[in-house]
Amino acid sequence: MTTTTPSRSTGIGRVLIAVYALLALAATGRSVFQLLDDFDKAPVAYALSALAAVVYIVATIALVAPGDAWYRVAWITISFELLGVLVVGLLSIFDPILFPAKTVWSGFGAGYAFVPLVLPILGMLWLHHRRPRTTAIPAGA
Amino acid sequence: MIEWFTWLQIAVALVAGLLALALGLLGKRPADITMGATALVEVLLMAQIVVSLLAPAFGNTATGSVLEFWVYLVTAAVIPPLAIVWGLVDRSRWSTAVLGVASLAVAVMLYRMYQIWFVQVA
Repeated sequence: MTTTTPSRSTGIGRVLIAVYALLALAATGRSVFQLLDDFDKAPVAYALSALAAVVYIVATIALVAPGDAWYRVAWITISFELLGVLVVGLLSIFDPILFPAKTVWSGFGAGYAFVPLVLPILGMLWLHHRRPRTTAIPAGA
Repeated sequence: MIEWFTWLQIAVALVAGLLALALGLLGKRPADITMGATALVEVLLMAQIVVSLLAPAFGNTATGSVLEFWVYLVTAAVIPPLAIVWGLVDRSRWSTAVLGVASLAVAVMLYRMYQIWFVQVA
């Protein structure tokens, strides 16, 4: 073993994880309500809300779980979030008919104090900071 | 919801949140003051649950979606206990910041509940 993937759940990373967990909870709560309440009103926006909620949950787990595979999952989910907030943010401004209802990503996450926009960037910086490094120490040492 | 009680509750959650966030960033470990403030936020949420259960019987009903209101309230009530457990398990300064983030999130959610109950935006 020549590379180790440092833990992502230390130091300020813990605050990041807590915020991710909160956003996962908030997005899940809202999307459950939207799916129950009136899915037919805005199927695209509500399906996207549900997808976003699932991605936040997976990202939270990937930040906590150790190892190389989860590190890649964290990158994939966090990149997906950034893409999601940017694309949906633009679409919700230029095509409000497609997004008549709020999602976590509408207006670049304006309904959530832009946390959905800022969080993936902080997440990426953190992942970069805790990237796997080549080292002589065996994994698990 | 009772309007003054809700504002009081939002104020307490804001103060508790900012205090814990500041102390966490200053490097303080979770202590009685920050854990206690978070516990107070939770006690007020429990009171809010009772108030909101009883209020409709006294003609004080939500103007917006009752289902959405309760999704917010139940979710909010879950947050402080999780943060407190976090603070008991992980005794680092960052747990104090997590307590702060939790209370601030509760403050935001209470404001949303206030809007649903009184202003009917949802």
